Amino acid sequence: MTEQKKHRVLIGKPGLDGHDRGAKFIARALRDAGFEVVYTGIRRTPEEIAAAAVQEDVSAVGLSSLSGAHMRLFPAVVEALKNSGAGDIPVLGGGVIPDQDIGLLKDAGINYVFTSGTPVEKIISAFRTACETQEGRRS
Amino acid sequence: MKKSSGETRLMISEQILKGLRDRDPRGIARAISLVEENDPLADEILASLDDSLVDQAMVLGITGPPGAGKSTLTDRIISKYRSQGKRVGVIAVDPSSPISGGALLGDRIRMMGHALDQDVVVRSMATRGRLGGLCAAAGAAVRILAGSGCSVIIIETVGVGQSEMDIIRLADITALVLAPGLGDDIQAMKAGLLEVADLLIVNKADCEGAETLVMDMESITREGSGKEKEKAKVCKTVASEGKGIDDLLATIETVDASHRKSGERRTRRKKAYDLEVLDWALEMMKPSIIEKIEKSGHDRKGDPRLRAAKLLEQQ
Repeated sequence: MTEQKKHRVLIGKPGLDGHDRGAKFIARALRDAGFEVVYTGIRRTPEEIAAAAVQEDVSAVGLSSLSGAHMRLFPAVVEALKNSGAGDIPVLGGGVIPDQDIGLLKDAGINYVFTSGTPVEKIISAFRTACETQEGRRS
Repeated sequence: MKKSSGETRLMISEQILKGLRDRDPRGIARAISLVEENDPLADEILASLDDSLVDQAMVLGITGPPGAGKSTLTDRIISKYRSQGKRVGVIAVDPSSPISGGALLGDRIRMMGHALDQDVVVRSMATRGRLGGLCAAAGAAVRILAGSGCSVIIIETVGVGQSEMDIIRLADITALVLAPGLGDDIQAMKAGLLEVADLLIVNKADCEGAETLVMDMESITREGSGKEKEKAKVCKTVASEGKGIDDLLATIETVDASHRKSGERRTRRKKAYDLEVLDWALEMMKPSIIEKIEKSGHDRKGDPRLRAAKLLEQQ
């Protein structure tokens, strides 16, 4: 009966890749798990995603890429968040990502990396952990 | 809610107050969240706002059925006000799922063209299935935006359901957006919304059925019972192409000027104020009532209404 704190997250698709099935699937799965999900749509610049994440005061940012540009675009969003004074917001990324890139992305500040085989429960639980960590840090 | 030491809390609050003064996007966003979460720091934040800015700002409510084009229209209206040098705030309300409590907030998609403009502040807000509370949170968010220098604040919401209707009552001017081909929705909405609308916008005016809709709306607005407020004005737009937006803004300006002159604006603000006070009071009472219900949970005898009356007596 008591109200739970809502986790707010942003799901965005940086770059020119217009395949948003994955992003929308994750957005809906998070909504069904009780998250408030701000969806920014396709073809956004890293700067636009960062600005929206700041204005919406989200606790985590999720990125999707199916085009192979993740090595450039995901770190660019991390950078854009830093430049907006929001480098503390955790970034999660998923899509068509070769195994050898996962470590590199984590080094570049992407806290969690998901591939097409990751079960959705695992993704939701990663978002939950990221949000709880971020909210704990803030309050 | 997790409580941290008083000192850190004080630091957070000072940071946010400074952020609000400096129009820092993060400070504004944090302030809205704290108010939405009913955090104790909200008191200080709301007390610090510049009342004169809040008084002057124009709050525009945009409502209408899903698919009528509210977000696209809002995007175009933002562009026009920006070209006049005005700082614009937007509160986009979307429903929370009553099952999961989650929400998909997608109104921003149509407004991303303004994402990098520091003078356009967009905030999505979920209804969170609150009976009250939404009005309180949205009203406070409006004032935070006004206090951070937004002279126009747009509240965008699907106007169905009591809480959404209540938010619209926070607006100085309410525009109802309709589009041809959404007939059934319009029937469903006639009851409440047409009565609160100052302005009817027939969007997608280039589509078949638009002229009929305009005529329908004009006849409805003529029917209204005689002496009540001025008749709503009907505007035609094609938001996706930016058509009709100049006329729309001119009409909004006319309505605003007449409301200011006649005292209608002041009357509405007073009503909205009382509504928000009530909403906050209920929000504040809720935790203690919930606690009492939970404490007396083992004994579920007697009619719920009688039990509620008894619980309130002990308040």
